Amino acid sequence: MDAKETYASLEKLFPGKVRDFKGDAIEPYLNVEKEHIVEICRFLRTAQSFRYEVLSDLTALDWPKEEKIQVVYHLFSYAHNHQIVLKVDLPRDNPKIATVEEQWKVANWFEREVYDLFGVIFEGHSDLRRIMLPEDWVGFPLRKDYVEQEEYDGISTQRAPLVEKLLR
Amino acid sequence: MKPLINSLPETVFTTNVDHLLNWGRASSQWYMLFGLACCAIELMQTGGPRADLDRFGAVPRATPRQSDLMIVAGTLTYKMAKRTKLLYDQMPDPKYVISMGSCSNCGGLFQLAYSVCKGVDKIVPVDVYVPGCPPRPEALTEGLLRIQDKMMRERWLVKAPEAEGDGAGA
Repeated sequence: MDAKETYASLEKLFPGKVRDFKGDAIEPYLNVEKEHIVEICRFLRTAQSFRYEVLSDLTALDWPKEEKIQVVYHLFSYAHNHQIVLKVDLPRDNPKIATVEEQWKVANWFEREVYDLFGVIFEGHSDLRRIMLPEDWVGFPLRKDYVEQEEYDGISTQRAPLVEKLLR
Repeated sequence: MKPLINSLPETVFTTNVDHLLNWGRASSQWYMLFGLACCAIELMQTGGPRADLDRFGAVPRATPRQSDLMIVAGTLTYKMAKRTKLLYDQMPDPKYVISMGSCSNCGGLFQLAYSVCKGVDKIVPVDVYVPGCPPRPEALTEGLLRIQDKMMRERWLVKAPEAEGDGAGA
């Protein structure tokens, strides 16, 4: 089943919960309302005609001008050899979304990574800690407005540049 | 008094104790097996048969408590920096540090990244900086020889004021 048909059947089954399908992208995507992400993921994973058993990737984008953080789910099905991308818009000042850990175990680490770098809170997550950065790190580095601290744990983060041109 | 030189059998040498101790230390630098990134691959090559650090008496040790020399080989993140400091503190004096490669010298290619420490000298004192990305085994060997030179200049038995400044591990 190609992405267009997937969207058509989702639109029929979940009216008003999916929108903005874009089929001419390299990886076709659709937007999902954030309240319904778990419901739709559960359906896409279990329904016989979809069987998206694999969450290939879960990542995020920061859009400061639109005041939103976009969480992106890449789904893949070995059974049918088809894929789809789901995008969810969250408000930038309070990004919270339900976890999909129940559907795909791998979401545990993916969501920790997104929390680590973007500060998105995944509600219901079993172990929402930073995964790569130290636990006492301040801020979320992949946000566009991230400012590096003067020092980390007594270690200065400053060094005179060796080549001026490198500084942007 | 008759000079000692040329009056002793060939198997007897004269020297002073400081020199003998330093000669012993310089010829048995045990470095810690400690690699952080791609420089560690080059460190392995240096320990391998072609460059062969072993011919200078340098052998890898698996624990900081038996090591004299720390070769910081690779990109140092802040998360690792704290561990590196801990490992350095566990090494017995006198101890030496070689900063190997651009990353541990100054952050290198990644010095504008948020998570990379801008040089290992921010956390531990460095004796020799080896430039390169990564340095060739010859360069690291040269670094080890410079550490040997430094060791030979030190005076541990006599606490002379000028020797105080010279002694890195003191």
